Amino acid sequence: MDIKNQVCEEVTIRFAGDSGDGMQLTGSLFTNTTALLGNDLRTLPEFPAEIRAPAGTVPGVSSFQLHFGSKEIMTPGDVCDVLVVMNSAALKANLSLLKKGGLIIANTAGFDKRNLKLAKYPEGANPLEDDTLSSYTVYEMDISKMTKEALSDMDLSYKDVDRCKNMFVLGLLYWMYNRPMDSTIQFLNKKFGKKPDVAAANIKVLKTGYHFGETAEIFSSRYTVEEADLEPGTYRNITGNESTVLGLVAATKKSKLPLFFGSYPITPASDILHGLSRYKNFGITTFQAEDEIAAVSSAIGAAFGGSLGVTSSSGPGIALKGEAIGLAVMLELPLVVLNIQRAGPSTGMPTKTEQADLLQAFYGRNGESPMVVVAPSTPADCFQMAFEASRIALEHMIPVMYLSDGYLANGSEPWKFPQEKDLKNIEVGFESPREGSEEPFLPYVRDERHVRSWAIPGTKGIEHRVGGLEKEDETGDVSYDPDNHQKMVKVREAKRDKVADFIPRQEIDQGNDQGDILILGWGSTYGSIRTAVAELRKDGHDISHAHLRYLSPFPRNLEALLSGFDKVIVPEINNGQLVRVIRDHFMIAAEPINKIKGRPFGVAELKEDILNIISDKQIPARTKAS
Amino acid sequence: MPLETKIDDFINSNGNTEEEAVSYSSKDFSSDQDVRWCPGCGDYTILKQIQNVMPDLGVPKKDIVFISGIGCAARFPYYMDTFGMHSIHGRAPAIATGLKVSRPELSVWIITGDGDSLSIGANHFVQLLRRNVNVNLMLFNNQIYGLTKGQYSPTAPEGTISKSTPFGSIDHPFNPLSLSLGADGTFVARAMDRDPRHLKKMLNRAHEHQGASMLEIYQNCIVFNDGAFELFTDKKSRPRETIYLEDGEPLVFGKDKDKGVRLDGLIPQVVELNGEYSKDDLWIHDETDTTKANLLSRFFEHPQNGEHLKFPRPFGVLYAVDRPTYDEGVLAQNEYAISKREANLDTLLAGPETWDVK
Repeated sequence: MDIKNQVCEEVTIRFAGDSGDGMQLTGSLFTNTTALLGNDLRTLPEFPAEIRAPAGTVPGVSSFQLHFGSKEIMTPGDVCDVLVVMNSAALKANLSLLKKGGLIIANTAGFDKRNLKLAKYPEGANPLEDDTLSSYTVYEMDISKMTKEALSDMDLSYKDVDRCKNMFVLGLLYWMYNRPMDSTIQFLNKKFGKKPDVAAANIKVLKTGYHFGETAEIFSSRYTVEEADLEPGTYRNITGNESTVLGLVAATKKSKLPLFFGSYPITPASDILHGLSRYKNFGITTFQAEDEIAAVSSAIGAAFGGSLGVTSSSGPGIALKGEAIGLAVMLELPLVVLNIQRAGPSTGMPTKTEQADLLQAFYGRNGESPMVVVAPSTPADCFQMAFEASRIALEHMIPVMYLSDGYLANGSEPWKFPQEKDLKNIEVGFESPREGSEEPFLPYVRDERHVRSWAIPGTKGIEHRVGGLEKEDETGDVSYDPDNHQKMVKVREAKRDKVADFIPRQEIDQGNDQGDILILGWGSTYGSIRTAVAELRKDGHDISHAHLRYLSPFPRNLEALLSGFDKVIVPEINNGQLVRVIRDHFMIAAEPINKIKGRPFGVAELKEDILNIISDKQIPARTKAS
Repeated sequence: MPLETKIDDFINSNGNTEEEAVSYSSKDFSSDQDVRWCPGCGDYTILKQIQNVMPDLGVPKKDIVFISGIGCAARFPYYMDTFGMHSIHGRAPAIATGLKVSRPELSVWIITGDGDSLSIGANHFVQLLRRNVNVNLMLFNNQIYGLTKGQYSPTAPEGTISKSTPFGSIDHPFNPLSLSLGADGTFVARAMDRDPRHLKKMLNRAHEHQGASMLEIYQNCIVFNDGAFELFTDKKSRPRETIYLEDGEPLVFGKDKDKGVRLDGLIPQVVELNGEYSKDDLWIHDETDTTKANLLSRFFEHPQNGEHLKFPRPFGVLYAVDRPTYDEGVLAQNEYAISKREANLDTLLAGPETWDVK
């Protein structure tokens, strides 16, 4: 049988199986190999909140979606071209995400009577046997059995053998998409260094999968995806949480300050604690606190002592930290608060993404409690914005909220990483020691940016007290004076607002700097909006895209920029939060587009929503934007 | 090679390290702020004794930090001419942990109360003790909420009539010393505001101890709970109802040192030293004995009107043992990591695998 070789511009593969089937690892390994081949890519891991939900059931399904191509790839793909299902529950949970005519690779061992029952298919029904899948191309194979056979001559436990079956899938897909196996083989040898027989078994099954593709004569095509046209340079693949960690490490190096990280484990932020805990050689102290409040409080204590104090959490934990963040506002100490948002309220959907903590960041503390808010827009951008959050906190003696989310945290993309020499120094200094004869030290005297000095314990002659009670201007003494309180509220706000002079101007990401429509996004929606706007522009719409990374204060030129458009549309993964702030700040009739499903925007649905608003407003599509 | 940070450079810079012979008087520790506790409050004597003990510590003023939470006692840092932070309710132990771990050379003191540390901040209190962070925690216990104007506290005896419990409190109170021992605290002691000399001694002991030092101080709230500890502080009843512990000494008490505590197995007994028993039969206090410390902490019955206590209330150091401190452990691990692997940012940024796009 002749096997055709087809060239594709882009492909989306979704690996789905039981939580114990190793689909996240399979997806990550395919991603790394694909990145090394020079494709652009985006990934979306999706897994249940439970560690091991009942095996074989729909709630126990874990998936990993990878979108890669030779063109610019900014989203993990709305629907997939290839769906790998290790059992019937995985098919049930994911079939709606496969495009019509798409390809299914099904492990028949996962479609036996027991598995069909666990996945709650009706008695006697088997989607592989009825016409459920008639509009797809289905490749059925008993992956479990072939894995067992491949390892029949090895002395391994049943469990160890069964765990290798994901490598069969990986090998098969490497064959289908013309990818080399060497980087995966290296990985397996390293991972199972202490168990060479397990490493050998995994590698053997990987190769068996690859050779199966070659020899089974059931596949009519192989596919090639050429290198993407990425900017020249050296790249690596990175997830949002990893690049957040690196941004903080870079900030500690470039500020020459020790980093103190106080945190309490919470999904999807815990990987930041795990990551930083490995880099103590950079002068980083990590403290797994007893709770969220102790986590932020310890970071404030360390900041009082002159460290870069950082705490991390997700929405529920940020709520608990609120009072202490207010203390940092009052003390005017640098503090970085990382919020890796997830779907709420309450415990909500811990492993699902959402952008619904923006108003909490703006307003979610008692009293007038202004802080800086920044948000990364892509997994790699987490590096830049974590660095920026640290820079602003340290240079302006102010707490900064950093709003990432589950999608950025776990998603990955190729990153043209910087070198240390390309990064700017973060300029910080401490209040100098004094002799007794000099004027007494006043902790709340400010410079022209309204910033007070950092006066750390251990410094002679500047012993002083700070606290959560209202401060008298300059002296920092406790004050209940009405005029002083109003003045201090205003000055803390002015200090936050002044940060706008030290951040970049807002730029238009794509399109003209004035026109009919501006899509204004923030945070993790960047990729979806960018792709949707590019496609709409291709269709002739006069539409532009600007993406906010600095949210409080806004860039100085934002008002002028918004005024250049007839209509401003704000898509968000929440029930309409930035749109309210924009209306409030700039008195414009900004329109929301909201998706609140725990998943990022699909490009098609976003385009449709934008077009609906455009047609409602009867703004004609122009013939090709100039 | 050790990592040099700005803090190290700065702290060791000229003009900061030149040490004048550290000879302070207690006045040097008094800030310019007016003290605003109620006249007659027990906090005044505690403030005075802490200011008195500071010159003896041999620590430069610049290296001393007082951290408090919320409550009457929490105003304390404002009155000390050292570094200080008046923070938020219950969280002082967590803030102090962050400070001490990042700056282990500082002498860090936590000022807290029974509401602050045993109610809203109880979690941080026990965590600090189990971790054994090398700080001194002064628990001002007045068995009442003063600043919020008189509600019962987590150390108030059952039946306490207060604004929020007009028919008497129902919940069982904490025994702060038993709680501290249960959390594996390495230094557990008790003092009272009305015995300044003993208090000063206990403050010194707390400072000397390497680890989390928990000193409970009975403090009279003159407005909302006057006389709560009168049985122990009144000159007449004190000899009969209290016992002062000395390491290696027998447990003797009473006006004429005529009573003692002996152990029958693990059962303590109060005995008269009038012939049948002598000092040689008594329980010898051993600060390092966990079992005995637990027994002593249980000498905790609440005074009934007019009756003697079955066991005298112990004051002094119940328990003091050495255990590696948390801050030492963190420092050692960080230094090990620094010695083991170069902090090369470029290598870290590049990660395990890279590729070139030409």
